[in-house]
Amino acid sequence: MRIKYVLSEVLVGLWRNVTMTVAMIITMAVSLTMLGASGLMYKQVGDMKDLYYKNVEVSIFLKTDVTEQQRTDLDAKLKGDPLVKEVLYVNKDEAYKTFKEMYQDAPDLVNVVKPDLLPESFRLKLVNPEQYKNIYDQYQGTEGVDVIVDQSRLLDKIFNVLTAIQNIALAAAVVMAIAALLLVANTIQVAAYSKRREVAVMKLVGASNWFIQAPFVLEAVVAGLIGSLLGLIALIGAKQLLFSGSLKALEGLLSPIQWSDIFLMFPLMAGVGGLISAATAWVTLRFYLRV
Amino acid sequence: MTKTYPKASRPSLDNVSVSIEKGEFVFFIGPSGSGKSTIIKMLLHEVAPNKGRVVVNGKDVTSMRSWKRPHFRRSIGCVFQDFRLLPNRTAYENVAFALEVIGKTKAVARRVVPEVLELVGLGGKEHRYPHELSGGEQQRVAVARAFVNRPLILLADEPTGNLDPDTSIEIMRLLDRINRTGTTVVMVTHDSNIVNQMRRRVVEIESGRIVRDQARGVYG
Repeated sequence: MRIKYVLSEVLVGLWRNVTMTVAMIITMAVSLTMLGASGLMYKQVGDMKDLYYKNVEVSIFLKTDVTEQQRTDLDAKLKGDPLVKEVLYVNKDEAYKTFKEMYQDAPDLVNVVKPDLLPESFRLKLVNPEQYKNIYDQYQGTEGVDVIVDQSRLLDKIFNVLTAIQNIALAAAVVMAIAALLLVANTIQVAAYSKRREVAVMKLVGASNWFIQAPFVLEAVVAGLIGSLLGLIALIGAKQLLFSGSLKALEGLLSPIQWSDIFLMFPLMAGVGGLISAATAWVTLRFYLRV
Repeated sequence: MTKTYPKASRPSLDNVSVSIEKGEFVFFIGPSGSGKSTIIKMLLHEVAPNKGRVVVNGKDVTSMRSWKRPHFRRSIGCVFQDFRLLPNRTAYENVAFALEVIGKTKAVARRVVPEVLELVGLGGKEHRYPHELSGGEQQRVAVARAFVNRPLILLADEPTGNLDPDTSIEIMRLLDRINRTGTTVVMVTHDSNIVNQMRRRVVEIESGRIVRDQARGVYG
């Protein structure tokens, strides 16, 4: 009977103030969508880092007047370096071949450039791509070295942008969560006011605190869970639109978002939505009902 | 015990000591603001004294934790001047509500509620709503609700304050009957008529002090 009573009170409570309930659910949904998106982004960036950094190289370009001796010394030094995983030597002819492939759409440019103009280089794969700085410091002054170029510098810029987007989503999630929180507090106050007589009698005859609070807290939790469900639907919709529809072109750059990742976000969203609602409702009740 | 409310210039109760035996019927009388209601609030564990102890049913409730309060209140019934009934529930439902919210089943309510409504003289009016009942009848519902859980103590805060003299006498007869079942009745009032008719113990309070404690007193 008590469970039935509590559940029916929850439904009545949600209906009594339906505009407020809808507002609460929408804000909660937007906030949780942002949270989910930011979580997905986090996972995405991690995946992409793994993928890209595995393939990045540090290129050490040699001066055109480099001597045979300097080249051999450098080669030996690089091969003995614990930071370096792989060393690949690219001579002028090979560099020219790559260059021709890269600019095959611009024959004028290719005609002007002769193999002699292109520098020889060492292409390194690092054990840990983030230790580029050490390599740079170590080899910059070496005889015969012209410039050291690190591809991961470029990647860092891309990832900085992605991280920024992720932070914006997270910030939006927090702001919306505050709005949702205030709406929950207000809804609970209105609900408590409309049931003030019942609550007064319950307190008088000695109903337990959880029994008085449960309908209100559950009301907020149900709204939070509905919000997280809507958030999940929004994320699914976003994946459909962005990656299967209009933004398909991005697919080459971004690694595809897995369905399983999206569904893994749901427990996070539902948990955060439910807990925040429950905690807000409970705190509000403590101030408002003094139970 | 002593109770001083914040911002009050003098204590609401000043070094008051009263002991009420089980099964007694006690009137607390005195002018408004004399501190009578504070005693009720202390017995309900709504306010705590600044000094001294409140002992109910042999238990010191002065420092009782608030989470124990609900269970404690189940041993105390309460009646107020303004009845405090739920307007959207019938007499039966009002009484049953008090049982159901403390975890009693509907079956228990079906058995006990008609009994207690009969006892307070509302047999046949179970399905009336408060607005369909007279003031006296509404107070009977309130008494039924306070008594349905068979409390050890019944607190009545000016229960006849909103009723005419004849109806007040009827309510008093009802409280007297409940007292005869062994329930301690503590009643706060300034209805001199009633106090004089009942001839029960009277404790008079003035400005937070006991000025009289008489076994078979009158309002005086």
